[in-house]
Amino acid sequence: MSLQKIGAALLATTILATGASAQDVELTIESWRNDDLTLWQDKIIPAFEAANPGIKVTFAPSAPAEYNAVLNSKLDAGSAGDLITCRPFDASLALYDAGHLADLSDLGGMANFSDVAKSAWQTDDGSATFCVPMASVIHGFIYNKDAFGELGLEVPETEVEFFAALDAIKEDGTYIPMAMGTNDQWEAATMGYNNIGPNYWKGEEGRTALIAGEQKLTDEAWVAPYRTLAKWGDYLGDGYEAQTYPDSQNIFTLGRAAIYPAGSWEITGFNAQADFEMGAFKPPVQTAGDECYISDHTDIAMGMNAASPNADAAKTFLDWMGTAEFANIYANALPGFFSLSSHDVPMEDPLAQEFVSWRGECNSTIRSTYQILSRGTPNLENDTWNASAQVIKGEESPEDAGKRLQDGLASWYAPHM
Amino acid sequence: MNKARRNPVNIAAAHGILILYTLIALFPVFVILINSFKTRKAIFRDPLALPDAESFSLIGYQTVLKQGDFFLYFQNSMIVTVASLFFVLLFGAMAAFALAEYRFKGNTLMGLYLALGIMIPIRIGTVAILEMMVSSGLVNTLTALILVYTAQGLPLAVFILSEFMRQVSDDLKNAGRIDGLSEYTIFFRLVLPLVKPAMATVAVFNMIPIWNDLWFPLILAPAEETKTLTLGSQVFIGQFVTDWNAVLSALSMAILPVMILYVIFSRQLIRGITSGAVK
Amino acid sequence: MRTSRIKWHIVVFLAPAMLVYTAVMIFPLFNTLRLALYTEVEQSRVFVGLDNFRTLFGDPQWSGAFWNALWNNCWFFIIHMLVQNPIGILLAAILSHPKLRFAALYRSAIFIPTILSFVIIGFAWKLILSPIWGIAPGMLDAVGLKFLFAPWLGKEEYALTTLALVSVWQFVGIPMMLIYAALLTIPEEVLEAGEIDGITGASAFWKIKLPLILPSIGIISILTFVGNFNAFDLIYTAQGALAGPNFSTDILGTFMYRTFFGFQLQLGDPHMGSAIATAMFGIILIGVCIYLFGIQTRLRRYQF
Repeated sequence: MSLQKIGAALLATTILATGASAQDVELTIESWRNDDLTLWQDKIIPAFEAANPGIKVTFAPSAPAEYNAVLNSKLDAGSAGDLITCRPFDASLALYDAGHLADLSDLGGMANFSDVAKSAWQTDDGSATFCVPMASVIHGFIYNKDAFGELGLEVPETEVEFFAALDAIKEDGTYIPMAMGTNDQWEAATMGYNNIGPNYWKGEEGRTALIAGEQKLTDEAWVAPYRTLAKWGDYLGDGYEAQTYPDSQNIFTLGRAAIYPAGSWEITGFNAQADFEMGAFKPPVQTAGDECYISDHTDIAMGMNAASPNADAAKTFLDWMGTAEFANIYANALPGFFSLSSHDVPMEDPLAQEFVSWRGECNSTIRSTYQILSRGTPNLENDTWNASAQVIKGEESPEDAGKRLQDGLASWYAPHM
Repeated sequence: MNKARRNPVNIAAAHGILILYTLIALFPVFVILINSFKTRKAIFRDPLALPDAESFSLIGYQTVLKQGDFFLYFQNSMIVTVASLFFVLLFGAMAAFALAEYRFKGNTLMGLYLALGIMIPIRIGTVAILEMMVSSGLVNTLTALILVYTAQGLPLAVFILSEFMRQVSDDLKNAGRIDGLSEYTIFFRLVLPLVKPAMATVAVFNMIPIWNDLWFPLILAPAEETKTLTLGSQVFIGQFVTDWNAVLSALSMAILPVMILYVIFSRQLIRGITSGAVK
Repeated sequence: MRTSRIKWHIVVFLAPAMLVYTAVMIFPLFNTLRLALYTEVEQSRVFVGLDNFRTLFGDPQWSGAFWNALWNNCWFFIIHMLVQNPIGILLAAILSHPKLRFAALYRSAIFIPTILSFVIIGFAWKLILSPIWGIAPGMLDAVGLKFLFAPWLGKEEYALTTLALVSVWQFVGIPMMLIYAALLTIPEEVLEAGEIDGITGASAFWKIKLPLILPSIGIISILTFVGNFNAFDLIYTAQGALAGPNFSTDILGTFMYRTFFGFQLQLGDPHMGSAIATAMFGIILIGVCIYLFGIQTRLRRYQF
């Protein structure tokens, strides 16, 4: 029995990989979004198949943490699927440079995306685009409306109001002011530094200046967010040093904490688990009336395996991903993953509406470390995780953190040498 | 007999220490099991309470059975473990017989060659193993895992089994040879049955590390259809990490088969260790 | 048996084991050592001699991480030697008491953590020690020791020691069993001879039993050494590939994994990964040689 099963499994893999079915063309999608499996199976794929008879699509995700490694080995082995979900920036660029991802610049559907949306999946000079942008995530803070009501708090607009609110919650003692831990490190950087930072370095202006070498991580605009972050430690729960990301989610959805530094991807999970009303506010500005900046990070896209034997069918699918139909299904099934297309996508979820409304009020930017700057060793993104966690814990001063990151960057990145 | 060795106070102290340590050893398993049967709020409210009528819930198990393909993972783990053990025992016994029975050029050298594998963990070669599996198209197959575990288990198996085979009486084998039996018949019919206990020891020693390994399934066979139970539960926990009901249920379901195997084989395992097989 | 022609049955007996072992273990092992001498430039593999090692030991970014992982690994090993082995010996000494009832039951129960996978162990202890979930703080509170609680896994100064102790908890069954086996082989006559000379109780243990089980302790030490310097799973399941906080639980296994596979935005580098694997190979080989030539030859095996 066991050998037969192995044989069957092997056979199944080959069939899936080559799509060698008699009539229908079969496409396989590689992805790390295993959470979205049912969404693809029940909504997206049926909608596509109904419009395009003769093409069958299979969504075959693997675990997020192993996706890059698994995908690389599958591509090298020639067993990867036809469509490949793209991580932003260098991970996908490396695949394109290695000839694994096809150039999609001429794809008709690309016209529906802005240059900023496409920037995460282009060569450095912007001459070739190799993935169709799918969604971005927006950073901000989600808060417990009941708790704010109980304590008579207003949604903070400025940093002074923000810390005043935290002090009031701490004073009262019923709620942990803010649910975040430093155990997993990335929250400190992603929901901390890159959440509040764009207001300091003026979004795209600072980010591109940093890449060009015109600004340094030791400049005030880049150190100041660390100084603010250093004050967060006092408002996190007891033992936050060992608090993990899921711990923080649980603390907030169980109603124990008042504020949660968030990414919009939390919306679906929080809606399902919290039994109180939630609201969201954008990162506070320094003084009232300042122009505001938000992190609206391009996160996910879809490309085509250059070695796919079903290139035509795959292109049909990618083209369809540029339509309003796809944008609608995707954005409403996954509130918090916002469409990057220029179609007007109506959304029903109030929290998601709140997040996306900031796009109209503020300037969008992406996370500062993702483009180019994390290409070498030491890797700026990973170092930022570490530095943000160390600063919150008070084990490294904001100035030292900035200097360490700058030295690391200068050790391999020419514009900073 | 020594008085101290009969002293009731000492006996009581001995039981005290052993009971204490037994509690420490079993406590985490106990915590996971009881909480897997409780509602989310009850888990957080009082993690040490037993589930009662009010807090009892099977929601976690429902999620696990709906979302994770634990039966497939279990089946994969079974296939990998059983097939690897089969090859370790067969190939290991054959090589052990050759090394123990015959004097030939290079016998000692072969022994040393195998000893290298006992001392150096196979993980060190991971980079090249992955490359090899990729180029031979074995990535994401159970065959890749079976090959690796067979190679990993062989050196110690040969070492232990050849020790035992040296103890098999020469008279028996020579009698067989006089009767005109081939060397193969002597090995399979006469020698193998006599070293069965040692084979069982080797099997039990190899079984647990193979079953529990995370490294090679993670690297060589992370595809959905080839996930082992260990990797499957690791990935499941990663995905459902906020849903503690599901995580605790998944952990309980991963503990269950190991505990059953342990109850079945524990006498064999303990006899194996205490017979000095790994002196 | 003394003919010069090839004995085909010997070849047949040896071939399968040798083939699999050579192809899947020895060849990749040495191939990994070879890969450490290459690097990738523009999608192709280029021979660079010892450059990767120069980077690993010379570039402060790399060497800092390497020495950190190596020292952490040593500390991990030291904790095992200082805690796991004494507890194992103590439990074995109690269990080997001839009059003890329920010995088999205790033995089986204490061995249970050893058979559980790291995934279960890592997660279970994370839950118990979590400051949020509250089992550890709650229990300390119950005995009035709440002030002793700290978020151990989140503090740089405690995290590694905590994980080492979890690992000790998991593996204490192995030294216990091996020592237990060694104690059982000591014949009653030897102990009785000691009693006649007035050596009883604790001093019988120190003066008679302990010297006799020293070879077993030697074997356990080298098993622990190889196991520890090859460890990965527990740290990975409990703290992730970044081995936080601030790399304080990073050991050679996690360092190699992170380098080889990359992490988040960091792309993987199989050649630097191989260089780290080569360093691990060297460390383990040195340890094993010290044991074989320095220690084992001095520990004589007593045969009864």
